[in-house]
Amino acid sequence: MQPMIQITDVNKVYASGFQALNNINLSIKPAEIFALLGPNGAGKTTLISAICGIVDATSGQITVDGKDIVSDYRHTRKLIGLVPQELTTDAFETVWTTVSFSRGLFGKKPDPAFIEKTLKSLSLWNKKDSRLIELSGGMKRRVMIAKALSHEPAILFLDEPTAGVDVELRKDMWQLVRQLRDDGVTIILTTHYIEEAEEIADRIGVIKNGQLILVEDKITLMNQLGTKQLILDLKEPLTEIPANIADFNLQLKNDGLQLIYSYDTTEEHTGISVLLQHLSVAGIAFKDIKTDQSSLEDIFVSLVRETT
Amino acid sequence: MNRYAVAAIYKFEMARTKRTIFQSIISPVISTSLYFVVFGSAIGSRITEIGGVSYGAFIVPGLIMLSLLTQSISNASFGIYFPKFTGTIYELLSAPVSSFEVLLGYVGAAATKSTLLALIILATAHFFVPLEIAHPFWMLFFLVMTAITFSLFGFIIGIWADNFEKLQVIPLIIITPLVFLGGTFYSVSMLPPFWQTVTQFNPVFYLISGFRWSFYEVADVSLITSLCVMGGFLALCLLAVTWIFKSGYQIRK
Repeated sequence: MQPMIQITDVNKVYASGFQALNNINLSIKPAEIFALLGPNGAGKTTLISAICGIVDATSGQITVDGKDIVSDYRHTRKLIGLVPQELTTDAFETVWTTVSFSRGLFGKKPDPAFIEKTLKSLSLWNKKDSRLIELSGGMKRRVMIAKALSHEPAILFLDEPTAGVDVELRKDMWQLVRQLRDDGVTIILTTHYIEEAEEIADRIGVIKNGQLILVEDKITLMNQLGTKQLILDLKEPLTEIPANIADFNLQLKNDGLQLIYSYDTTEEHTGISVLLQHLSVAGIAFKDIKTDQSSLEDIFVSLVRETT
Repeated sequence: MNRYAVAAIYKFEMARTKRTIFQSIISPVISTSLYFVVFGSAIGSRITEIGGVSYGAFIVPGLIMLSLLTQSISNASFGIYFPKFTGTIYELLSAPVSSFEVLLGYVGAAATKSTLLALIILATAHFFVPLEIAHPFWMLFFLVMTAITFSLFGFIIGIWADNFEKLQVIPLIIITPLVFLGGTFYSVSMLPPFWQTVTQFNPVFYLISGFRWSFYEVADVSLITSLCVMGGFLALCLLAVTWIFKSGYQIRK
């Protein structure tokens, strides 16, 4: 299957000499949700800007739908909708005017019915005649999304789409993103909210210091890099781990009242039943048992630390 | 040609005029009318004719040029500077539009606005001074070409400016003095020889002279000279804009 976006050996060095992108290679599949994670200044926005044509790559090639973004910019840019990180709006325009402007700018014939549908899907219809200066931050964010969707793009870039929005709106946006993906739109989002990527992404890319340090399917990534823990709340505290279970990957916590067993989910045998048998033999009783799995946030932090 | 994009930019810019009608239309019409009253009717009645034209009528082309130049520059510079200032230029940079289409939208709208304003001022002038237009075609030609040329110049200023002060500095410090010293209120032949020579280096002088000729067939230089200077300045502006778009100066990182 032809990738929707193909990035090959892309570098970006700003006039100041700062290298924002360092030999980036990446393929984005059609109709997937790709989350690009990375600390501040890692190069996420520069990468998006390079694909959208806002920033010129110093070297390398980017293709969208098989076409070069420089020589075939009319074709490639028509396919892309961008929601930038900053709430940049024409303060004195109305919602209707600014969204209609975006549609025209991207070469689409005026279509009031489609604009109406888009505004309704984003709960903006009753604000259509309001000036942007009168809207709340969350509403402005919705307008930015409406502008990006106004020309019916096949690819949507969301740069920190839920920064500064409330929980309800965030969940609405996740729902919208899933709906768009189901409609065949390819979505690339950058986010600081790791749970956002964990919630909606199909694949994850981690960028740091301009380098793409990992690209992986989300579930595979969490299985491969995630650790799972069995937590036992003991009836009596232990001063040390008994000899018959010393070979297990165990830790004592909470003044000896909690025994934690870390195991690999990808192994065929987790060792849990053997451990429980050994505990019984050793006469160690427990009053509660639970499991915990490392989140994408834990994985992300550990990855970023590892490459420091 | 992405005609929908050109139309979108053009309509967007024209809509701003509607929203700011006092600043865009009414204010310049009133201030120019004050010139007609003060210099045309009050002081003008005590000044003899210049080249067979009454003083009140003589200053009309220059005053129209003053508004045309300042409004062309201000409309076009503000039009492209404001998206840079607010950050909405990201949309323009990521849209499937060529540099020519962007220029057509912004400069077209700015030139349209200033041409309409000039025509309103011309109509207003009829209330204060007797007017005749000997060559309506050339009058319109000068009007439209000057509006386009100085809208292009304004577009360049809007790209160059990185704050509001820079946006104002060229129209205020350079254009207004050039118009005032370019023969708006007098014929260059009335100046001492030294100042006549200095005036030859003022490009606006040639525009006013050509424009005035289209009204009264009275000019300080020949029509061809005026047309050549205007064409030369237009070519310079086009070259500068071409370089800006090719290099991405002050637009693309």
